[in-house]
Amino acid sequence: MTSKPVQFDPEAMCKMFSRGGHPGWLDLRYHDHGTNWVALELPWREDLLGEEDRLVLASGPIISLLDMASGMSIWTTAKAFEPVATLDLRVDYQRPAKEGSAVIGRAECYKVTRSAAFVRGIAHDGDPENPVATMAGVFMNIAKDPRKKQING
Amino acid sequence: MVDRQNEPLAEPVPDTVAATAKLTPYARSLGIKVGGMEGGLPLLTIEFSNIIEGRPGAFHGGATAGLLETAGYAALRTQLAADDREAILKPVNITVQYLAAGLPKPTYALGRITRLGRRSANVTVEAWQDDRERLIASAVMNIMIAEPE
Repeated sequence: MTSKPVQFDPEAMCKMFSRGGHPGWLDLRYHDHGTNWVALELPWREDLLGEEDRLVLASGPIISLLDMASGMSIWTTAKAFEPVATLDLRVDYQRPAKEGSAVIGRAECYKVTRSAAFVRGIAHDGDPENPVATMAGVFMNIAKDPRKKQING
Repeated sequence: MVDRQNEPLAEPVPDTVAATAKLTPYARSLGIKVGGMEGGLPLLTIEFSNIIEGRPGAFHGGATAGLLETAGYAALRTQLAADDREAILKPVNITVQYLAAGLPKPTYALGRITRLGRRSANVTVEAWQDDRERLIASAVMNIMIAEPE
């Protein structure tokens, strides 16, 4: 091993992911990160509402936000990008987000094994002590599956 | 409310355009549509497109969850309307199982009411592509039901 370890940069990766696809459509943005966690922001937008007459973001985009923050927390913990697939994701909704408010999704990867990564997180609209939702997820490392030849990430 | 007296007893052919218009703004902008009815509950469809893509050539897990959740609420709202119940729904939780990669194909989702009580409902949802027996994802949802004041 002569090459220097490449520092995984969640902010740069978020920018790359959010150029297109579902994260790009949701306009997911980098918010903050630590050694084993990443926080992303889902901006408020009228066409993402969960009800016709209330200006509150739907729960679907909040799941997408937490799913994406989860994947990024796994790569930040591993300090490398390896393709993962979501196996199981649970979201408990504590309350609706505030009207017109962006939502922050913060996911923490608390355990990685050879084949799986375990993640927990919260979604909040300003105060992490008063979450909108909590989540728990299990992800599988699909790069290590010898039956599959990964052609993309 | 809708006058139900003149409805035929057999399962009516739904107005899928009107049913789609009742989905959330989020569901409609993602491209989810009501495609028909199965067992009296709405069958939802979505076409693959760039805005639901995660890994290249595959559904984003969040888009799959959004489809499942939308199908769960559509099933519950349809059942409550059939029971002549006016209700405000409050999400409690959703647990999604990802069973296979969602490929760039038309995708379907159907909710089933596992339990419907006075104050809460438990809904199971399944999503599949070309093979009804090979699910790409399933979900269980708990939803609180409040009566309008």
